[in-house]
Amino acid sequence: MEHIRLPKVENVRLTDRISPRRSSVGTLYLTATHTIFVENETGVRTETWVLHSLVCSVEKQAATATGCALLIHCKNFQVLHFVVPQERDCHDVHVSLQRLSQPERYEELYCFSYKPNIDKEERRQEWDFLDLKADYSRMGIPNSLWKLSSVNRDYKVSDTYPADLFVPKSAAPPIIVGSSKFRSRGRFPALSYYCKENHAAICRSSQPLSGFSARCLEDEQMLEAILRSNPRSDFMYVVDTRPKLNAIANRAAGKGYENEDNYSNIKFQFIGIENIHVMRNSQQKMLEVCELRSPSMSDFLEGLESSGWLKHIKAVIDAGIFIAKAVAEEGVSVLVHCSDGWDRTAQVCSVACVLLDPYYRTLKGLMVLIERDWVSFGHKFSHRCNHLDGDPKEVSPVMDQFLECVWQLMEQFPCAFEFNERFLITIHSHIYSCQYGNFIGNNQRERIELGLRETTHSLWMYLWKNRTDYINPLYRPDHSQTQGVLRPATAPYCFKFWRALYNRFDRGMHPRQSVEDYLMAIRDETQQLEEQLASHKEKIAKLEKEQGWSVARKAATLDKSPTAWAPNSGNSLALANTPQDYAGSFITSSPCQQKAPESSLIILPQDLSQTSDPNLSNNSDPESGIADLSCRSPLSEDSTRDPDSDEAAYSAA
Amino acid sequence: MEFSEHIKTANVEAVVLRQPFHPPSRGTLCVTGHHLLFSDREEGGSRHVFLLLRNIDAIEKSVENLLGYSGFFSSAGQSERISGSSGTITIKCKDLCVLQLDIPGMEQCLNIAHSIETLSSLDCVSEMYPFFYRPPDLNLQDQWGLSSPEKHYAQMEELHDRWRLSDVNRDYSVCPSYPPAVIVPKVIDDDMLLKVAKFRQGGRFPVLCYYHRKNGMVIMRSSQPLIGANRKRCREDELLLQAVINDSDKGYIIDTRSSQQVQQARMTGGGFESKSTYSCWKRLHRQMERGKALQESLIKLVEACGDQSHNMDRWLSKLENSKWLSHVQTALSTAGLLAECVERDGHSVLVHGSEGTDSTLLISTLAQLIMDPCCRTLEGFLALLEREWVQAGHPLQQRCAHSAHSHARLQQEAPVFLLLLDCVWQLWRQFPLALGFTEALLLRLATEAYASNYGTFLCNSDQERCALGVKEKTHCLFQALLRPRERDRYSNPLYEPTELAIWPSVHPQSLQLWRACFLRWTQQARHLEEAQEEIRNMVIEWGKLTADVELFNTQTK
Repeated sequence: MEHIRLPKVENVRLTDRISPRRSSVGTLYLTATHTIFVENETGVRTETWVLHSLVCSVEKQAATATGCALLIHCKNFQVLHFVVPQERDCHDVHVSLQRLSQPERYEELYCFSYKPNIDKEERRQEWDFLDLKADYSRMGIPNSLWKLSSVNRDYKVSDTYPADLFVPKSAAPPIIVGSSKFRSRGRFPALSYYCKENHAAICRSSQPLSGFSARCLEDEQMLEAILRSNPRSDFMYVVDTRPKLNAIANRAAGKGYENEDNYSNIKFQFIGIENIHVMRNSQQKMLEVCELRSPSMSDFLEGLESSGWLKHIKAVIDAGIFIAKAVAEEGVSVLVHCSDGWDRTAQVCSVACVLLDPYYRTLKGLMVLIERDWVSFGHKFSHRCNHLDGDPKEVSPVMDQFLECVWQLMEQFPCAFEFNERFLITIHSHIYSCQYGNFIGNNQRERIELGLRETTHSLWMYLWKNRTDYINPLYRPDHSQTQGVLRPATAPYCFKFWRALYNRFDRGMHPRQSVEDYLMAIRDETQQLEEQLASHKEKIAKLEKEQGWSVARKAATLDKSPTAWAPNSGNSLALANTPQDYAGSFITSSPCQQKAPESSLIILPQDLSQTSDPNLSNNSDPESGIADLSCRSPLSEDSTRDPDSDEAAYSAA
Repeated sequence: MEFSEHIKTANVEAVVLRQPFHPPSRGTLCVTGHHLLFSDREEGGSRHVFLLLRNIDAIEKSVENLLGYSGFFSSAGQSERISGSSGTITIKCKDLCVLQLDIPGMEQCLNIAHSIETLSSLDCVSEMYPFFYRPPDLNLQDQWGLSSPEKHYAQMEELHDRWRLSDVNRDYSVCPSYPPAVIVPKVIDDDMLLKVAKFRQGGRFPVLCYYHRKNGMVIMRSSQPLIGANRKRCREDELLLQAVINDSDKGYIIDTRSSQQVQQARMTGGGFESKSTYSCWKRLHRQMERGKALQESLIKLVEACGDQSHNMDRWLSKLENSKWLSHVQTALSTAGLLAECVERDGHSVLVHGSEGTDSTLLISTLAQLIMDPCCRTLEGFLALLEREWVQAGHPLQQRCAHSAHSHARLQQEAPVFLLLLDCVWQLWRQFPLALGFTEALLLRLATEAYASNYGTFLCNSDQERCALGVKEKTHCLFQALLRPRERDRYSNPLYEPTELAIWPSVHPQSLQLWRACFLRWTQQARHLEEAQEEIRNMVIEWGKLTADVELFNTQTK
């Protein structure tokens, strides 16, 4: 490739960010799509793969006696610290990587060169896997109140909206077109979610172009139509998710918010979620805290506080709760907007849906939700995720925040979600990886122009095929937590720092044993046992008929003494995956013992290692089981690999 | 009974009780010598609430004279007495629960409040409830406690050729806070121990608390040496420590104070083992907060958890300001250091701070959990607590006299034991399969340490317990926790014993607020309990099936 100045550098040192002594020397390779670090030191070949589309920034530091440091930050929060012996080599790698990680044209993106072994027909099935119309009909529409409108079929009314939209039955095309002229980017009020039990709906739009006094009859009629579509209700909420001050400032530019006097029977409400720039800075600050080398507890908590990140997460969830309450408890319809209606609006509508409808807490449901409220409604993925070299002011972690909101809810309701944390993290990775076509472009029109369905693959099918990796073993469709509307607590102490995402690659920080994996093994085994038992019972029933065995069977089912179910009593079952096998593999004091893949949980997501084409980053460094026992203590330096050779570490004490 | 003189009003009708997770209910309140009793008989399903008075940390009362006030009861058309006055008592418990009682009648309210205040703070140990608690399924003749120093020594045959059990303290005269028997190096005789005891604060001479089977190294604990300003020496103390390391090249002393603090300690007669006199021993200093600072930390944390402002910045800043998680981090990393010295570096360690009854025990307990698989079973953990806290003389009664709500002037209170439980919880979070007990056990212990039906956590030392006949006249908590039903409840269904050390991560990102403890009276804790219940059911279901299939297999053969 023309951008690679130097395909291979030897004697490069990869240093561990948390414990700098644990570093390794190897060879750095630059390919068209990945940077690969191959460590050969210990005789065991370990490879670290970094996908170029995931590289967020490359920073070259001043040369020192040992070499020149290259710091790579990735969009999946991996941070790699290389030391290249020659400054000139480092410079070449730096320049190459910068170019490779910032493609200028869509055609350069990884999804166009990613070619799994899938034929045309299968690819078509991949893209047809999710059907938004099917979700709308699951909600019960079209019906006598809501209809499918073809007004935006050619993206003429709003070029950032999808072609298929649902609007109130009484909203005739002239009303829609008129209303769209009164809304930023033509994003007129359209249906996002409909609650068939009480007819309340969540609609979304962009801000009205009301300025200080402008009115639009069609827009007023449009809202009236939405209100009428909920026959049991005599008013509706209009929720502006911006802080009031921001909305007022917009009035000076001819935009703004709805005047309650002009619209009949609306209740107008501000919900102060900050804009994309505040969110970008906030995440940046939080990531700086995550990257501190050995912070004290106070450093960490102070940093977390001053980043404001959890405050913003809480604001989004609070807004979602407001809307979910209005719909579920009051039976009142809501129109949600912000400025353009593709960031905060998407967040708030989708959080409300997760709270309202158990379906969106299933694997497929969450995919559908993201496809509808984010992809189809034109969340600007390319700009927000910086897929192409673009305006840094357009970048913002809006989608990260949504995924985190879902995670925060999962933490509060451990039995209510069908999917696990790994599912969210995998989605997060692929939103940025550009490996699949789903999140390329900024809206439906752009995606069609790019011909993504014909040239790229869909993430959803991939996730679905590997769904066993993403199942929450505690989920039961009939559990009380699963039913109905979620009512999360929103006291500040309910919000946690999401270590598994933001410190995802700092393996020493994560729990060393996974309850989830253990439970999955138990679940699988339980299933097998049930089958076995059923076949046994069948056999015995046969025998009973023949020999009259009933007495013996009774004795068997009655014996439920605690020892009867001791785990090792199943020795005759010869099941490969008994949980006992785990005991040793989690904690290994010796570096020779490789961690079993089952135990790696998020750290090494299986989806990444399973694909034939190694993508994203895949670090197969053996885990030593020894955590850093101290921040600021001399022992923190002591994570050498040989358990017998760390005596030196104490000399400093 | 003498209690009656403190009870002016024993019964009040039509009291409204408000408590977490329940709708307000109306019923009868009754004060007895040791309990508040509330029973409501609404709608057939009568409910009784027993509250141990000892569990009450603080109360707040407010009375109102309602004469002429047309309250909502009358406007609601109910035949309540309008002319009366009423009062409200807010009860803040040591287990952090907050209850509220609305009591009709100002005088009655004041009487009840007075009774609660007096009875909950009675100092006489022998009048406390454990001496009266007589459940039908327990017998006073049952064994009290799980083990004894004698048994503990007998079980560890490996150490018998170098260590002996000394009964120099049989009448508690050498060290009032030690048990009658302790393990010391064989070559040190009782006369020498007497001299060492005089050289250590409170007589707490170095004794063995843990023997690491893998490499024969030990953990010793003691109090600080009394070297004072003129650098006094004690030949026997030096010999004792020399005997500990035997022919090994060195040992470590982990001092839970900073090097500056130990210098200051010399001015008040204390001090440290100096390099010149203990040449084979290397000192490591880790400053751990103790006493008042720790108690204030808990008070601030609980205050932060109760903050109703819904302001994220304020919460995080209060959480930080309480420093509780910093204390957790320090404790775990110091324990990790201790375990690394023994397990990975292969040397014996002596741990002490000043008195050797608080942070010393915290560190030695945690290090044993990290290294020794035997301490991680339900029985093993309880035996560890018995050995390292009850027998080793952690002054539980003083430390747990009050919890986070009390307005009383702080005396000897310090939540060291609670801090230990929090650290164990962090270990459990990071190694959910490696510990044989559950979070529920830790919560139960946290409650029992402050107010209990059992005698286990009474008094400050073995000597005091002996003098009051605690072992004869009360029941033992640890025994009670091992009864089959309780055992079911407190065993970790996911437990998979491992021989390996469990090294905790102490990065701030890895440590969490123990929500189930500090926020246990919120709805959030409920959902997490449900998840634990679900896990238990899954494992039970799996176990049942395994057994069933096994039985079928053997029968069909």
